[in-house]
Amino acid sequence: MTSTITVEHLWKVFGPKPERVVGTELADLPRAELRARTGCLAAVRDVSFAVEAGEVFVVMGLSGSGKSTLVRCLTRLIEPTSGEISIDGEAVRAMNARRLRDLRRHRVAMVFQHFGLLPHRSVLDNVAYGLEIQGLGRAERHRRAGEMLTLVGLDGHENQYPEQLSGGMQQRVGLARALAIDPAVLLFDEPFSALDPLIRRDMQTEVRRLHAEVGKTLVFITHDLAEALTLGDRIAVLRDGDVVQIGTPEDLVGAPADDYVADFVRDVPRSDVLTLRWIMRDPLDGETCEDQPLPATTVIRDAVPRILRAKLPVQVVDGDRPVGVVDADRLLPALISHHRQVPA
Amino acid sequence: MTATATPPTIQPDGRVVAVAGEGAAPWRRGLTRRRVLWVVLIAATVGAYLGFRTGGAADSDDAAAFRFFTDVRNWVDENRDTSPLFLYGFNYLRLGVRLLVDAVQAGLYGLGFAGLVAAAGAVALVLAGWRTALVAVGGFLAFGFLGLWAESVDTLVLTTSAVLLAVVIGVPIGVLAARVNWVSAILRPVLDVMQIMPTFAYLAPMTLLFLIGEPAAVIATLIYAVPATIRITELGIREVSPTTVEAATALGSTSRQLLTKVRLPMARPTIVLAVNQTIMMALSMVVITALIDAPGLGQNIIRALERVNVGAAFDAGLAIVIMAVVLDRITTGAARRRPAAPARHQRPTAANGVERVGAGRRDRWRAAGGRNRWAVAAGTLVVVVVLAVLPISEDLPHFSFAVPVNELTGWIELHWYDGTEWVKNVVSAGLLDPLEGVLTSTPWWLFVLVVAGFGTMASGVRAAVIAALAAAGIAGLGLWQHAMQTLATVLVTIVLTMAVGIVLGVWSARHDWFAAGLRPVLDAAQTMPSFVYLLPALALFGASRFTAIVAGFVYAFPPVVRLVDRGLRDVPAAVVEAAVSAGSTPRQLLWKVQLPMARGGLLLAANQGIVMVLAMVVLGGLVGAGALGYDVVAGFSQREDFGKGLAAGFAIVLLGILLDRLTQGFHHAKGPR
Repeated sequence: MTSTITVEHLWKVFGPKPERVVGTELADLPRAELRARTGCLAAVRDVSFAVEAGEVFVVMGLSGSGKSTLVRCLTRLIEPTSGEISIDGEAVRAMNARRLRDLRRHRVAMVFQHFGLLPHRSVLDNVAYGLEIQGLGRAERHRRAGEMLTLVGLDGHENQYPEQLSGGMQQRVGLARALAIDPAVLLFDEPFSALDPLIRRDMQTEVRRLHAEVGKTLVFITHDLAEALTLGDRIAVLRDGDVVQIGTPEDLVGAPADDYVADFVRDVPRSDVLTLRWIMRDPLDGETCEDQPLPATTVIRDAVPRILRAKLPVQVVDGDRPVGVVDADRLLPALISHHRQVPA
Repeated sequence: MTATATPPTIQPDGRVVAVAGEGAAPWRRGLTRRRVLWVVLIAATVGAYLGFRTGGAADSDDAAAFRFFTDVRNWVDENRDTSPLFLYGFNYLRLGVRLLVDAVQAGLYGLGFAGLVAAAGAVALVLAGWRTALVAVGGFLAFGFLGLWAESVDTLVLTTSAVLLAVVIGVPIGVLAARVNWVSAILRPVLDVMQIMPTFAYLAPMTLLFLIGEPAAVIATLIYAVPATIRITELGIREVSPTTVEAATALGSTSRQLLTKVRLPMARPTIVLAVNQTIMMALSMVVITALIDAPGLGQNIIRALERVNVGAAFDAGLAIVIMAVVLDRITTGAARRRPAAPARHQRPTAANGVERVGAGRRDRWRAAGGRNRWAVAAGTLVVVVVLAVLPISEDLPHFSFAVPVNELTGWIELHWYDGTEWVKNVVSAGLLDPLEGVLTSTPWWLFVLVVAGFGTMASGVRAAVIAALAAAGIAGLGLWQHAMQTLATVLVTIVLTMAVGIVLGVWSARHDWFAAGLRPVLDAAQTMPSFVYLLPALALFGASRFTAIVAGFVYAFPPVVRLVDRGLRDVPAAVVEAAVSAGSTPRQLLWKVQLPMARGGLLLAANQGIVMVLAMVVLGGLVGAGALGYDVVAGFSQREDFGKGLAAGFAIVLLGILLDRLTQGFHHAKGPR
């Protein structure tokens, strides 16, 4: 299976004559020095990754790390400086204007942090906008838009205007608008950052549900680690335009690539993210175990009652193959090892 | 500057602070150096003045510039029907505008009295709701009651024609300027000059090219009003949320779809506002074009002003104000209107309960508008047609305010004479005469140098060079004395305006009840065409230089109050809160926090005010203020003075450019660093 999106050696440099930066010794300069020497800002530096079909790929970084620029480069809302992008095997940077428009109209849709709704149009016509500009007839596009509103739980709000809705509902409209064109790929640019924490959690649940229902490929930009860990199949951590680490939530928490990532994940309760694989040990010679083994993919937290109640160590299996054992001695450090959240 | 060249990024906090800290020290050193420079400059100016001052000889009536302009006029008169420039250019332009005016005139007159009143009501009803419709019908009926029906319709014809042209020309240019940066860059200085040109200065060149009468009036009005159309349209398009445009782009919109489905609809309220401003400016100008023989209410005012008959002018002034209010209400109503939403509306967030009540009421109105809009439009159309066909004439009983107003003016003259004379004499003798004496006895070259020096300090080298060139140009036109007299009047007026404007603005920003009371007054004042302001000034102070000062003051202080109030209120609430919690008294808050932070607004107010004051002071030439304004008026009425009049027009423009450039640096002042 080929990847849905592949990005290779992508650069985006803002400023005067950006092309002179890539591939020269300037490219290796730290951000501040590059800026002082050339007036250029390297927002995305030599980024490569691949997103598989149906995957939720999260790009995480602090503000200014280049993540929003990166996601805009994927459909050339921002023109990349160099590198290759391909979607469904087709080179995006080689597309002419018409082909690019087709890509945006049919295959890749985007959800924005500040919604970007049209205030002069009703909710229904906002959702139908993408279909309208494709030239779809009024009845058909309204029918499809209505279905999308049902999908995101906004039945009965068709004829309201965006300003009459709460932020969370507006973002649902943005989501419905993106889904309406039935794209293979959905790009989310910090879609929930402008929302209240409670609404944000609802929306995250909503995205997980929709992902399960419609099975799109998702690229999700966020600065919120918890959000990244909740949603992401894999996470790319960006700093100053560089990819620091790409991996599963487990990889990030269990084996951070450097101090930066380690610092990031310091407060994450390890037992919520890591699986038994990270705490199991090799069985001792002739050690007897509990009858019932646990799969290696079990999250530590879920295994706590079993392991604590067991008199003997519990065997960990990958499929049918035993790979190790865990006991309370291995479990407890993982439960308390993360950084204290409330000062003593 | 490199910071603005690249998109903003977030630096770690410490670094930003460090940079600011480094920058602060040299800046402070620069400040003391600036102070020294100012002192040196002022000392040098005073010294040079004392050393080189002249007797202030009166302007010649036969300067080279006047002769040149007279020659130009003679050439134009001789070649108007033979030169290809006129044959294929200006004459066709005149013909085209004449056709437009005739068509509009035929339309409005064709409706007849009852038909036009009904049509005004219908337009207001459809665009702005029934309240405004009542205002419109009442207003148009008032034209009949005042016995000024024909004049009002003539004014309306000219205004409508000019606004049609301004919208047809201005909106596309505004859209283009918003989308194409170099168009905007080229347009900006052109529009700047067009906007600082006092209304008066347009007229003479218009008569030269288009003769007198309606076409010249419409074209002058168009030139006066179209910058507002272009500017506000450009602003509206530029203000469209970039996120929304990006979202629409991400869905694959073509650039045409972006324009017609996103940018134009989202900018619609602002574009309607542009039309509103265009109408108000056009109306104000159309009245003044009576000076070049355009028909309408302006004629009545000018005739009355010439005879210092305040009462007779009052009726026409009232009609103009009524027309301004009606047109303003209709267009602002249209701007507020949103696309009709259907009746069903519930806000599920309980937290917004209060808001919901208000929103619900508004929605119901919208809903009613949406469902019935077409029915209402059709119904009113029928009414209009029926009334237009019925032979109802404008023979209403006439009410004139001429007699009571003249009696009131007489009473004021009789009883307040001592008071008004005292104010007049104090300002004239205490402020105006000394300043005028100094300015007129300054040799022109010294004035140019001083402008260059102070201009560089206040607004930078480029603006200073332009201002100095303008000053030299005034000298070259041979109207030095008159220009300096006008300048003295302008300076005195702006000082008074700023003093009163700041006090009222501060009060308005600090006391909501005062602001609420002041707002309708300011609104009304800004709707009124400039011409009207001459009337109360004339009633109180007779024909004199001081009348122009009063009129200029009354004309310019509303925007000054507005800008000061805005500037103070825009001081972030968090900063005010912090100062209050640190224990500031209200006085300390004002002087140490609010006024310094509102500096940008205050300086902008000064810049705006000075240009408005100039326009009005020049207009004061009609009521005895003399100097440049009088020269222009005389140029219209006496053929042999044409050259001087035209030169005076140019001198006014140059004076406007000079004053604007000198204070232009104020625009960019952003409060304290």
